[in-house]
Amino acid sequence: MTSYLIRRLLLMVPTILFVTIMVFMLIRIVPGDVITMMAQRGEGGTAVEYGITEDQIKEMLGLDVPIHIQYFRWLGNILHGDLGKSLWSTRTVIDELKSRIPVSVELGILALIIGQLVAFPVGIYSAIRQDSFGDLTGRSLAIAFLCIPAFWLATLLMVYPALWWKWMPASQYVSFFQDPLGNLAVFIWPALIMGLHSSGVTMRMTRTMMLEVLRQDYIRTAWSKGLKEHIIIIRHGLRNALIPVITIVGMQIPVLIGGVVIIEQIFNLPGMGRLFLESLTTRDYTMLSGVNLFIATFVLVNNLGVDLTYGYLDPRIRYT
Amino acid sequence: MVTLTPGYATHSSKDAKKDMSYAQTISSGEVRKNRNMLADLCIRIVKEKPLGLVGAVFIFAAIVLAILAPVLTPFDPNQVNIGDRLLPPSSHYLLGTDNQGRDLLTRILFGGRISLIVGFAAPAITGVVSLIIGIATGFMGGKFDIIVQRFVDAWMAFPGLMLYLLVMSIFGGGLVQVVMVLGIAGGISGSRTIRSAVVGIKENVYVEAARAIGGSKRHLMMSHILPNIVPMVIILFTMHMAGAILAEASLSFLGFGVPPPNPSWGGMLSGAGRKYMEQAPWMALWPGLCLSLVVYSVSMLGDAVRDILDPRLRGGIGRYSNARVGREVKNIRQRRGL
Repeated sequence: MTSYLIRRLLLMVPTILFVTIMVFMLIRIVPGDVITMMAQRGEGGTAVEYGITEDQIKEMLGLDVPIHIQYFRWLGNILHGDLGKSLWSTRTVIDELKSRIPVSVELGILALIIGQLVAFPVGIYSAIRQDSFGDLTGRSLAIAFLCIPAFWLATLLMVYPALWWKWMPASQYVSFFQDPLGNLAVFIWPALIMGLHSSGVTMRMTRTMMLEVLRQDYIRTAWSKGLKEHIIIIRHGLRNALIPVITIVGMQIPVLIGGVVIIEQIFNLPGMGRLFLESLTTRDYTMLSGVNLFIATFVLVNNLGVDLTYGYLDPRIRYT
Repeated sequence: MVTLTPGYATHSSKDAKKDMSYAQTISSGEVRKNRNMLADLCIRIVKEKPLGLVGAVFIFAAIVLAILAPVLTPFDPNQVNIGDRLLPPSSHYLLGTDNQGRDLLTRILFGGRISLIVGFAAPAITGVVSLIIGIATGFMGGKFDIIVQRFVDAWMAFPGLMLYLLVMSIFGGGLVQVVMVLGIAGGISGSRTIRSAVVGIKENVYVEAARAIGGSKRHLMMSHILPNIVPMVIILFTMHMAGAILAEASLSFLGFGVPPPNPSWGGMLSGAGRKYMEQAPWMALWPGLCLSLVVYSVSMLGDAVRDILDPRLRGGIGRYSNARVGREVKNIRQRRGL
């Protein structure tokens, strides 16, 4: 176990190194130079009008040296815990991330909770009443949730309730600590859409695994012992069926927390996805590298965690 | 494979003939199955997977509609007609018009072309790319494998859409770019599946035997590994179709995909669709409905294909009883030490 962990952590080092290279290089070959943008844009007059040349801007931002030196400088700073400053504002990347992460995490966790609240009951019901009307309905819903694009559902939610009942989902972000209820009112709709979308995957997995487990010999033994149905389903069935399901849920965490560009955009939530999109359109290299690096590392750590949990839940799995 | 029983020699000549013809049908049957795996797959979908068949029929219908789009509609998808803007569905404009007076039905038909092109072309590239990377790393192993796999790890650590957005902004919007980006990005992550399959197949005795009689690496790869990977590639293809169609729509929705005024379902849902939602709510309805329907059909077909070709991955919508039978067969084999 320890040696497995050490090996996995060691393998993560080159992976993260690849991540930093990709993050750094990909962003810098995006056309549309930030320098030209800065020289032409500016509050109260462009840089050119102030007599600042492009070379001077480059120097100020540390973009005047060759790209590989920039890379190693950046890498060195990361090792000191410094992700750099935004090219456009005076905020550091870390500060910006600190303000964005809670939004993304709250949205992700809410979506995860909603998703599982829908997925588990429906999945279990579908399995224990296989091929019944409820099973068919549940399965059809799961597929529908998977196939309906989240951004379309979000758009419809914006359009039709407003048209029919003059109601619109709240879309002005408020912090949870200022106004818990108002905050929930903002988050509940995007979380619902994301949650339903992710529940489709979990629902199908839960159903399949339950069906498989319920046909095992020990379930038959439990029945013949005369145990009550709910005890068999929950204690004998569910506990065994959930192991792979939890892995699937774990795999969804990074998507729900880090990869929700569109939903954050539609619902006007200042999370990491929007930060990514904003920095991409303004070519804010340092911000973009910081966000990407953070998300990629988070995904890698999360996946390692999922693998370890799997072994913890299922003692038959041996790490070698 | 037909083994001749010891009692064969005592058979009458009539029986022998019957056995011979039986052997021939079996062997010719096997050959036919190998040659027409796709045909076999199609037949099984029609016979065993009603939902997969429904999906296939929908996709076929969508393809026909998209190809015949110029014939089916009298309008031009990009012809601005300010006088007819934001008209509700009527007998003239069946699905209404958008904010520039363009017929929505026409734009949806032409938009379907883009979704379908992406849906078929991107997974095809995905298949090729993942095949190349997967076979190369899985077969060669060693340091090359370890390094390439770390790169694949790094690649997969990015949430899909962010990676697509990043790469799309490098190459700029356009249909070709979308197809290439989705195809290659999918291929890099899909190579993981192919690789693990290759590693498994490599251990088989017949590969060992082929190597022992002096088969070259090229021969091993082409004649022994590749044919066994084909089902995996088909699964990869069908499973990536839905993802590619959705990804194109998402990219176009964010303005990074197929540039306007070209009609794309994702693009039609963004911007104008939301801006004019009060006057013309139908603008946001139809493209999404078509998108969902196509994605649904593709997923159904993909599930059916996966169920037929890969018994281990059963978890789809099809027949669950098959999974049990498959598992029991496996159990019996294991007990017998096969």
